[in-house]
Amino acid sequence: MSQRVGIVIVSHSAEVARGTLDMVRQMVGDEVPVACSGGNADGGLGTDVAAIQDAIRQVWSDKGVAILVDLGGAETNSEMAIELLPEAQQSRIAICNAPIVEGAVMAATEAAGGGSLDEVRATAEELSP
Amino acid sequence: MPNDLTARLLDASVATIAAHAEELTSLDQAIGDGDHGINMKRGFDAVAETRDALAGLALPEALQKAGMTLVMKVGGASGPLYGSLLMAMGKAKGMPPATIEDVATMLEAGIEAVKKRGKSEAGEKTMLDVLVPVGDCLARFRKVDGLDARLLGELRTIADAGLEATRELQATKGRASFLGERSVGHLDPGARSSQLLVHAVCEVLEQDVLEQEVGA
Repeated sequence: MSQRVGIVIVSHSAEVARGTLDMVRQMVGDEVPVACSGGNADGGLGTDVAAIQDAIRQVWSDKGVAILVDLGGAETNSEMAIELLPEAQQSRIAICNAPIVEGAVMAATEAAGGGSLDEVRATAEELSP
Repeated sequence: MPNDLTARLLDASVATIAAHAEELTSLDQAIGDGDHGINMKRGFDAVAETRDALAGLALPEALQKAGMTLVMKVGGASGPLYGSLLMAMGKAKGMPPATIEDVATMLEAGIEAVKKRGKSEAGEKTMLDVLVPVGDCLARFRKVDGLDARLLGELRTIADAGLEATRELQATKGRASFLGERSVGHLDPGARSSQLLVHAVCEVLEQDVLEQEVGA
């Protein structure tokens, strides 16, 4: 199987992250690498830079990784996680400005079709006003 | 400067965040998602756990390590924001600071990192509304020979004014921006935590100044 863009879902809530991942899986099956991270390091609401990095590594693909986030801190922590990864990887990771659930589904659908990182991101971002 | 300065700055910072965690959270409940106090406390408590290791490091390394702990442990946007502040201060040129000019340069580097991380400027109801005027004040004093009580007092007054000014600002960054005009009338929780930390740092430095004066 040719490589697909990986998808990472980052929510403040572990349950939202997991639920979104389940929805994506149901839509696109196992064709696309998908991982999620939800909750802070103590298991409460929030996001966790180290866990986001783990999720990125899990789905790493040479085609890149698209990240979907829910609220402010998820975006800031995702940006931080990216900056702490090796420089060669950084340019192949994109945070999509899109609603998390719909964006993840759209991004994964595009990724399943073999879309590039730019295409995956653009498809997810079509949902933004 | 006494070589236990890192430990004393750390203790004072951890103590003020712990003492005001509930207040920070309630400020954040008004205009954010209500986790600023608990997040900051989690992060600073994690830094406190590394106290002995930090105390053994030179200031630049201690700042970078403490910053990284905040990034990893806070769990909200304030982790990368305060973490970037400390890490950039630790990497600033002229470290460790020997003059007021060096301290001003160090803080300026930290503030630039916060602006970049938050894609924000002063005037948007954030921690920058405290940090930027404090940095500007320090820059005005950059040619002064050393810390004195007047400068330390001035920095606190300016931090207080910056905090108070956030009350009438409308948020355009962060969660509070969702509230639009309804964010007006509330102090910004991030500005409050920054003002608390400015006070904590100035109070520690003031003790040193007083001791030097007594000793002189």
